[in-house]
Amino acid sequence: MKKAELMDYDKALELFEPVLGFEVHVELNTKTKMFCGCANEFGQGANTNTCPTCLGLPGGLPQVNAKAIESSIRLGLALGCEIAEYSRFARKNYFYPDTAKNFQTSQYDEPIAFNGQLTIELESGRQVTIDIERAHMEDDAGKLTHVGGATGRIQGADYSLVDYNRGGVPLVEIVTQMIEGGEADSPEIGRTYVAAIREIVKALGVSNARMEEGNVRCDANVSLRPRGSGKLGTRTETKNVNSLRSVERAVRYEIQRQAALLAAGGTITQETRHWHEDTGITSAGRPKSDADDYRYFPEPDLVPVAPSRAWVEELRATLPEPPAARRKRLQADWGFANLEFQDVVNSDLLDAVEATVAAGASAQSARKWWTGEVARLANVAGVSADSLVEPMQLAALIELVTAGTLTDRLARQVLEGVIAGEGTPLEVVEIRGLAVVSDDGPLIEAIDLALASQPDVLAKIRDGKVQAAGAVIGAVMKAMRGQADAARVRELVLERAGTAE
Amino acid sequence: MSEITAEQVAHLANLARIDLSPEEITRLTAELGQIVDSVAKVAEVATPDVPATSHPMPLTNVFRADVVVPSLSVEEALSGSTDRDGDKFRVPAILDEE
Repeated sequence: MKKAELMDYDKALELFEPVLGFEVHVELNTKTKMFCGCANEFGQGANTNTCPTCLGLPGGLPQVNAKAIESSIRLGLALGCEIAEYSRFARKNYFYPDTAKNFQTSQYDEPIAFNGQLTIELESGRQVTIDIERAHMEDDAGKLTHVGGATGRIQGADYSLVDYNRGGVPLVEIVTQMIEGGEADSPEIGRTYVAAIREIVKALGVSNARMEEGNVRCDANVSLRPRGSGKLGTRTETKNVNSLRSVERAVRYEIQRQAALLAAGGTITQETRHWHEDTGITSAGRPKSDADDYRYFPEPDLVPVAPSRAWVEELRATLPEPPAARRKRLQADWGFANLEFQDVVNSDLLDAVEATVAAGASAQSARKWWTGEVARLANVAGVSADSLVEPMQLAALIELVTAGTLTDRLARQVLEGVIAGEGTPLEVVEIRGLAVVSDDGPLIEAIDLALASQPDVLAKIRDGKVQAAGAVIGAVMKAMRGQADAARVRELVLERAGTAE
Repeated sequence: MSEITAEQVAHLANLARIDLSPEEITRLTAELGQIVDSVAKVAEVATPDVPATSHPMPLTNVFRADVVVPSLSVEEALSGSTDRDGDKFRVPAILDEE
């Protein structure tokens, strides 16, 4: 693949003004598909969740999933949209093997939700309001695997394989208006916007919202307007941008690539581009052409959706606290510094910390454990931290540390036991015999032994060189296999050194 | 008279992946023209207060509960396909080499 010339980012911004637009696809987590009763689930064998309707077989007829409508309306409301009094489905006709019907059932001129707004806050504190043009319902396509050829990519493949389990899964596509004035913040606006959408659908409970599994997918439109010109540039649409970091990188890359091309007297082709996560570049897909004449027409097999105002209001009453407001409230409640709070948010541990605090732990200790030891173990195991241990269990562990039953070091061992499924923290303490030795008897015995074997140290302590006690404390802790409170050992060492004769 | 041209019919046939002979294109150009003219007649009677209709039935909100029903077996699902590879449908190469 030919590597494109890039212009220095600051230089690009001197010459051009970036104009953005985003299309975010959200996969709903309904039990069944959008138009048939096949299970909406992955990880099953290929083509296990299909029927005549989602395979587009003759005689298959769509039936609308009530829950998908409900979720779409709630999502629309959470984005500040108006909900259509009258909305209908349309066929978007195209031939591609990922869609067995030869059309996607989508919405065209009467989407379920429109005219919304979402205000996001950047790391600098700058607030940006994104206008939402529409949020419409549609069904997802099947999954293609390209076989053969040099690269395993679609270009040059020998043939492709199709799994239709995902075909027909309900999607909501959220389309923004043009975003102007983003300037140097443009890449961050992209990332923050997609993060905000993800947070909203998660809070609503309408999607599993896992980007790595394709539950939330972003297409990023970027164009450049020469400074002082009122004319919009030609835009490109970068597909397959499926992580927050990639959204930021892809927008930045396109700004630099287009700027270099325009400054060299070239022109931008209106085209679909593909984002490559590994190399961090975009490459040209197919140009917009006749094939994009989708011949939309109303879906004759489905009747219109006309949500009553009473139902819409009922659904509005089910909306959770907006995520941005919730974050502000939690940070104030917990008294976290910005960096501490960002650490929790960026690690996706807000819910986990909140649940741990609700279970009785202090906010600081909950944060420390989740973003520290739990995150470390999760990273090693290659899973998300909040899937590793229940907040209740972690709160119980923290309680044992607070009560002095466990030192931090012992608590880490107990945590490993809990994660290994050995039981609750208290049970692991008992099974592994990990509690701090709080009976002074065995400690004194070990201390006397250590002092007797290191007479030079004993002499130093008696001379008032208290720091020399470290060697004895270390020996005692080792003898107690770490199951002693070091502060108490120190107290006792000084005491015994003073009285021992 | 409608303004449907043979070029439009050929373009539509191409989009719809329908292989038409020149004779068929000529015939369909005339037939589609008549249909467009007929629709135009209806449009003459429809005053602005008549809303556009996408469906002949006066029905809205026909929904299905979100309850899983059994799917086809993999063998049933693949039984109509001309080519397969394991449990997946196999289709010819989609794009040429860049």
